[in-house]
Amino acid sequence: MELFTNQILAGIATGAIYACMALAVVMIYQAIDHLNFAQGEMAMFSTFISWQLMQWGIPYWGAFILTLAFSFAGGIAIERLLFKPLAKAPILTNVAGFIALFAIINSVAGLIWDFTIKQYPTPFGSHPFLGSQLISTHQAGMIGVTVLLLIALYFFFQFTRIGLAMRAAASVPESARLVGINTSWMIALGWGMAAAIGSIAGMLIAPVVFLEPNMMGGVLIYGFAAAVLGGLTSPFGAVIGGFLVGIFENLAGTYIPGVGNELKLPIALALIITVLVVKPAGLFGRPIVKRV
Amino acid sequence: MRPANDFARPVRPNGFGRSKMTQAQLAQGKDPLLAVRDVSVVFGGIIALNGVSFDMQQGQILGLIGPNGAGKTTLFNCLSRLYQPSGGDILMEGQSILTRPPHRIAEIGIGRTFQNVALFPNLSVLDNVRVGTHARTNSDIISDSLKLPWVRRGEAELNKRVHEIVSYLDLDDVAHVTVSGLPFGTQKRVELARALAADPKILLLDEPAGGLNHEEVHVLGNLIRRIRDDRNVTVLLVEHHMGLVMSIADHVVALNFGRKLAEGTPAQVQSDPDVIKAYLGSKDQ
Repeated sequence: MELFTNQILAGIATGAIYACMALAVVMIYQAIDHLNFAQGEMAMFSTFISWQLMQWGIPYWGAFILTLAFSFAGGIAIERLLFKPLAKAPILTNVAGFIALFAIINSVAGLIWDFTIKQYPTPFGSHPFLGSQLISTHQAGMIGVTVLLLIALYFFFQFTRIGLAMRAAASVPESARLVGINTSWMIALGWGMAAAIGSIAGMLIAPVVFLEPNMMGGVLIYGFAAAVLGGLTSPFGAVIGGFLVGIFENLAGTYIPGVGNELKLPIALALIITVLVVKPAGLFGRPIVKRV
Repeated sequence: MRPANDFARPVRPNGFGRSKMTQAQLAQGKDPLLAVRDVSVVFGGIIALNGVSFDMQQGQILGLIGPNGAGKTTLFNCLSRLYQPSGGDILMEGQSILTRPPHRIAEIGIGRTFQNVALFPNLSVLDNVRVGTHARTNSDIISDSLKLPWVRRGEAELNKRVHEIVSYLDLDDVAHVTVSGLPFGTQKRVELARALAADPKILLLDEPAGGLNHEEVHVLGNLIRRIRDDRNVTVLLVEHHMGLVMSIADHVVALNFGRKLAEGTPAQVQSDPDVIKAYLGSKDQ
């Protein structure tokens, strides 16, 4: 029983990271109708920035805040320079753009910081949390930071004018422009926020997977699985999907014979395919109905 | 391009001499709120609008009529900057609107509703109306997210305004309901509320009576007149429902095949032989 509880809690902790990645993916998907394949690499690059800042002697939380600001600005810059010109281009052009971005960020990170694995610090330590063997302080910290982030985002979207404008722009851009919303900047803002959320995921998972340019590959696939499971049209669903995928991953790895660490990734992919076949809109998404 | 022979004012492609003319006309009290000047729209080889001109005076309800395909909606989409005319100009209080991006039309006082309703389906009625106030607010993202004092003050005023409009259009009971679940007639009222929230000088209504029954059309007619009187809003009404147009419009413009057929009071337009021919056909054809 203790093993079971332990796996559930560990699942919630990694699920928190998947939830962040899924949320970042969904935010961009809502804004421009495309999946950002480079979301993980953007998060990885941000994590390297924070590591570099700490190497220069800036304390953890200072580096954390600076990295958030850098990622926000970087996300906006990527949208303005690369994806705003592609806004009316066909889907495949956009996909090529995302893959190019993926490769460029990955290689540039390797060029600057090389591909050797680095230790990344945790501000929470890795002792047993509250004297319990079930969960470590770092895992508890991951859950805590994610929950705070989600609450802040909820209040932003529900109770601020810009949040409402962003929701409106994602819902019906034509009407949003008509009431005076600059939809193009709302998209850029969505990119900035997605990049910042992704950077939080990167900085929280880095002590677990270690810092290197390919660290986010697996995490992003779990993030995609979470987003698809929860529904690509529902930020709330993406978060729930993240936690569910995290728990599912851990339980499958523990209890299904033959599924060790090597087979965990195919499980995420199998989950994506299953959801797309059985319930394409996901658990909380709206089915997309087009008038013809 | 066809010369705008119905009007004394010539087409001026640039702003030269405009302010002088405007002041002279202000003195006479005849300056139009909105002036459509020789507007043409071409889609590929199809001429959807061909040199259409008319004026809207402050406080008017202007009915824009015409058979299907006459170019009513095309003209409408030019006014709300969804289409770019290939020729001519549209002046709001003497200033061309054609140089403005679509999201900066609301702030000069032009609001509209759509034929098939274009609300934000997953937002509540209140949020839909609140979005409508966007053009009337200005705060940056940081002070907005942190809810700094002046943002709070502004928001309190806006909320009062939003609630007032929701009550005005009798939407109190459904204020917190998500729009997608509401009946079509109610959604049309929500869209009207959203347009009013921006405090428009001109309200463009695209077939507001479409999909409504006889009784509802009558109520709508009274509502449009009431909005004009209470809120000092000038209304441009595109409508198929002749009864509605003829009963509430002060001035009617009839279009056919992208050209202006006739213009005048409802009675004048109704008895215009060209208009009758366009709607009913003629013996010679």
